[in-house]
Amino acid sequence: MASQEPRHVDEHEADLRIVGLGKTFVSPEDPSEGVVAVDDVNLSFRKGQLVTLLGPSGCGKTTLLRMIAGFEEPTAGDIFFGSARVNELAPNRRDAAMVFQSYAIFPHLDVFDNIAFGLRLKHLDRRTIQDRVDTVAGLVGLEGMTKRPPSQLSGGQQQRVALARCIVMEPRLLLFDEPLSNLDAKLRDQMRVEIRDLQQRLGITSVYVTHDQVEAMALSDVVVVMNAGRVEQVGNPIEVYARPASRFVADFIGKANFLEGRALDGTAIEVAGVRVDVPNGVPHPAGSAVTAVVRPEALTLHQTGGGSLRGRVARTAFLGSLGEVVVDVPGQGSWLIDVPNAAEVGLPGVDDEVGVTPSARSVHVLPA
Amino acid sequence: MRAAKRQIEILARDPLLLAVVVVIFAAIATFVVYPLAKVFLASVLVRGTWTLEHYELLTTRRLYRNALVNSLQVATFVGVVGTALGFLIAFVVTRTDVPFKRVLHMLTLLPIISPPFVGAISILFLFGFNGLVTKQLLQLQDFNIYGRWGVIASQIFTFAPLAYLSLRGVLQSISPTLEDAAFNIGAGKWQAFWKVTFPLALPGIFSAFLVVFIESISDFGNPLVLAGAAFPMLAPQAYLEITGSFNLARGAMLATILLLPSLTAFAIQRYWVSRRQYVTVTGKPTASTSKLVTPFAKWTLFGIVASFALLVVAFYAVIVVGAFTRVWGFDYSFTLQHMNYVFSVGLDSVRDTLLIAIVSTPVSGLLGMLIAFLVVRRTFPGKAALEFGSILSYAVPGTVVGIGYILAFNAPPLILTGTFAILVLAFVFRYVPVGIQNGIAVLKQIDPSIEEAAQNLGADGVTTFRKITLPLIAPAFFSGLVYAFVRAMTAISAAIFLVSANWNLMTVQILNQVGSGRLGVAAAFSILTIVLVMIAIAIIGFLVERTGKTTSTIRF
Repeated sequence: MASQEPRHVDEHEADLRIVGLGKTFVSPEDPSEGVVAVDDVNLSFRKGQLVTLLGPSGCGKTTLLRMIAGFEEPTAGDIFFGSARVNELAPNRRDAAMVFQSYAIFPHLDVFDNIAFGLRLKHLDRRTIQDRVDTVAGLVGLEGMTKRPPSQLSGGQQQRVALARCIVMEPRLLLFDEPLSNLDAKLRDQMRVEIRDLQQRLGITSVYVTHDQVEAMALSDVVVVMNAGRVEQVGNPIEVYARPASRFVADFIGKANFLEGRALDGTAIEVAGVRVDVPNGVPHPAGSAVTAVVRPEALTLHQTGGGSLRGRVARTAFLGSLGEVVVDVPGQGSWLIDVPNAAEVGLPGVDDEVGVTPSARSVHVLPA
Repeated sequence: MRAAKRQIEILARDPLLLAVVVVIFAAIATFVVYPLAKVFLASVLVRGTWTLEHYELLTTRRLYRNALVNSLQVATFVGVVGTALGFLIAFVVTRTDVPFKRVLHMLTLLPIISPPFVGAISILFLFGFNGLVTKQLLQLQDFNIYGRWGVIASQIFTFAPLAYLSLRGVLQSISPTLEDAAFNIGAGKWQAFWKVTFPLALPGIFSAFLVVFIESISDFGNPLVLAGAAFPMLAPQAYLEITGSFNLARGAMLATILLLPSLTAFAIQRYWVSRRQYVTVTGKPTASTSKLVTPFAKWTLFGIVASFALLVVAFYAVIVVGAFTRVWGFDYSFTLQHMNYVFSVGLDSVRDTLLIAIVSTPVSGLLGMLIAFLVVRRTFPGKAALEFGSILSYAVPGTVVGIGYILAFNAPPLILTGTFAILVLAFVFRYVPVGIQNGIAVLKQIDPSIEEAAQNLGADGVTTFRKITLPLIAPAFFSGLVYAFVRAMTAISAAIFLVSANWNLMTVQILNQVGSGRLGVAAAFSILTIVLVMIAIAIIGFLVERTGKTTSTIRF
């Protein structure tokens, strides 16, 4: 796990390094008024890592990606590809190929010419271009389709062309701007797996923008959670899920229950008058108010008495593989509890009094 | 200021593109702004002293005052009637199921691709001193077509098709389902039209009025042929001051005065009306046909529109007959002498006209697309000024451009008068705005990430334009080419100042022949012009079809 720690990538090791990066959009009507899209972002990534920039719309993730590609001009900070600062490099001279949200297939060129576009600009000879396009078309599953015009391609095939057009360049960086958002759910899952496989096989450092936390978790070596232009947390998928750095991260990734209480000592807090052990540690002095996060699957429901905390059932829903129970706990608001194997166990009735026990190792006290 | 410096720094990362921007700025400044400034200067700076004495002539000399008043009156009248007629035709074509719609459409467009004073020549054939109608049929001895009504008639004939063309687009964009909705909640046909269709079309109607107004007040050919000495108008008067009396300062003053109403109408059209256009694009195909008119109304409207179409047919038939008639009004026997004249003495001007049009058309077309690309897709200081400067010439009357060019390029540092270049440059910059506007409209519909993808894959700005943007906006490019070619073949108002013994144009020949009373030769030249324009349109249309097959259109 420690080897995956992204915050401690040495400068000389970093394939992509972002230092103090900021972007303020100035309103054209009133130059004194600006919107801060990206604010003091510092990130470092190793060669071959797949990094997702995750956040709600308007959090600055796409602006950050476009600054890396060179389409937006930073108003503060620097971007390094390896040891080379690229701030002043025009987009066409940056070694970073991008898959656009709308695919941006050249509609007047067939599949082959789309994929060969960048190679031709490098004035490679005909044979080399033919070979490389054929190889990549095979890699993304477009063999036999290279003579087709884009209008005869399905959404998934257009997506593959967009991807092939990038990897044929053998770039230093691959950039993805919500590439799966235009596909239907089933195709989206399939393409996600394919992108991940291909990226692992080629070992190209990749930055992937998405607002879909499931997609981010499934794909990434490193997840960067952003909010309002700032980085909220950097970590691998398990870290950001199990040990969120802030209330925002806990709420944005997965479903979260918040336990409001008071620190008792280094390994316990008090919630609704009940002592809850926190073996992972409480980073606050005794007596101070704290918020802890527990995921729905880490709460156990006691329908026939018992349980450390008591509450009343507000709502239930049967979803097949599990049941969801919402319990109102006095002074705590509503908690969501997953009941596995609900078809066999059965769900409580509304207004029933039930017990709730958090799984100690899954209680995470927020740092601030 | 710092922002501007930064924008230039970013642009300089693409040195070729920066060079293109600088060249375009210099060209617009030299060939659009500088000549205009020269016209204004010549009217207020006489032999080194600033003076308004020429403008005072507007109050002291009846001739000039009348020219101004007449031009404004005619332009307003032609604007109202031409727009109304254009609306009627557009309404019939888009909102009724009358027969022969396609024929109506083609006939209505015919005046657009003709030299702008073909109508005037037809009117002389029909209603002149030796006119077929006035002399032969009605035996009128002292009927005089010259003056206000002659000009108005031929201008309505010439410019109503422009109103039709833009209003057809407006009415097509208003879905008939809106009328269905009005019927559905209880409106009658009359109410549906006045409360729904008409208000939605109103900004477009006003816009069409302003276009016709600008065309009318800038018009040179029709007034020169039909106004006559008793009915002075601004554009021909400015020409007469300069070529007849060699009074540059007075000509420049009249040109400046002529510029004011044109620019005002242009500014209103661009910054006020265009913001009030309603767009009702739903993305859903509308299968509904309009049920707005009763059969009686439909056939009444069809009658009016068909009459106009028949008038077009009559006007052109007269031109064709006139081109093969020995002496109109006296000897109606068949002759080829006028055609022989065109293909012997006149052949030089045919060759010159074609050469100038063929050179200026692609330059104008490409420049238009390039400026559209820069305006929509790039940021650089002075962008708004560049866009304004490049479409300004649309509103500047040709007479003003012509006077500006002789004032600006008659003396060092740039002497161009009498050359091939001055005609090409005048046409390129005069007819580029329509291409720019079309290009901007099409580009705004195209996802910018397609061009970003090209850049991302290593294409610099100029390569992106050449390999991606230009193929994508090919429809706008070709329609810009058609426009530039048609205008270059039929232009008169600016060109008449710029032709020389070495480089002459067919339109100027036509006007000269009319001036010396040889209507047959003028008709023969007109027919040849129209035929050449049609051949060119067919060739460009063929090219569109060929590229259309490879660029199987894909919608984003």
